Amino acid sequence: MVWSSARDARKTRAALVKAWNSFANIMPDFAVVLGLIGIMLTYLSPNVVAVIIGKASGLGGMVLASIVGSVTLIPGFVAFPLAASLLKQGAGVMQIAVFVSTLMMVGIVTAPLETKYFGRRETIIRNSSSFIFSFIVAAVIGVIAG
Amino acid sequence: MKAGLKKYRWFLLILLIDLLLAANSPAQGRLIWGHTFDVFVQMLSVLPPIFLILGLLDAWIPRETVIRHLGEESGVKGLGLSFVLGAAAAGPLYAAFPIAAMMANKGVKYRNIIVFLGAWSTMKIPMFLFELTSLGSRFAIARLLLNIPGILFIAWLVDRAVGEEEKGSFYRRHRQGI
Repeated sequence: MVWSSARDARKTRAALVKAWNSFANIMPDFAVVLGLIGIMLTYLSPNVVAVIIGKASGLGGMVLASIVGSVTLIPGFVAFPLAASLLKQGAGVMQIAVFVSTLMMVGIVTAPLETKYFGRRETIIRNSSSFIFSFIVAAVIGVIAG
Repeated sequence: MKAGLKKYRWFLLILLIDLLLAANSPAQGRLIWGHTFDVFVQMLSVLPPIFLILGLLDAWIPRETVIRHLGEESGVKGLGLSFVLGAAAAGPLYAAFPIAAMMANKGVKYRNIIVFLGAWSTMKIPMFLFELTSLGSRFAIARLLLNIPGILFIAWLVDRAVGEEEKGSFYRRHRQGI
């Protein structure tokens, strides 16, 4: 920043104006997504997720875990210890793996924002193929780490 | 003022839903308010620095340099660099979107942008180390190794399935820069 101002103050100012404009421009869409996250965190808190995933078993359990993973947005530093404690309590490794993978790769709540930046088709195809891919990941991890 | 309200109409709708949920259950209403406040604070600590850095990068990095390393002709090296850029990151997925917009503006190949997005979503190195200690090396390494071909395949699929029309409008939309 200092370097940039020293080298070319006008260029730096233009860059800042541009940064501010694009920030202000995208804020309405960000606000929607953050509002959705606020609601989602209330009804799908880590505790609720733990109850749902902890009991999940079989293919039905994997589907359930993948849906929860796709809808929730839990940061990794909360999700990994949560997943580890669920494994210790006897949750299935495939259900946990599909949950972790969809949690990171599939974003239903952020989809409006992704559509805004990338377009509808990209959002649908990237998220749905990531969803299916997460089942492959879970199956392989089930064999390797199960 | 009126234009401002219109821009935020969907957000206002969500606030209305929040109020209805709060009227239904004040305790949950307080939780929703707390969570929404927290994610806004988090967003405000993540996005402004990213936009600031993007603004400066946008001004100082020549398009030609970016095209040489990540553009149409960048080949395997471009793919590898896209993985590294995504994996070296820290932060939520939504922070990757404006960066992807700048990549588009600088002429980065479409497939490489999707690889970057995929690596950011699930291969971040700090997160990998954390996964390693919480879920064990077999789990974390297996997932990491699967993610490389997985992301390549997803990027290939998205690249093929998204028509030229949507790709064109993607690049046009971000022609102004970030």
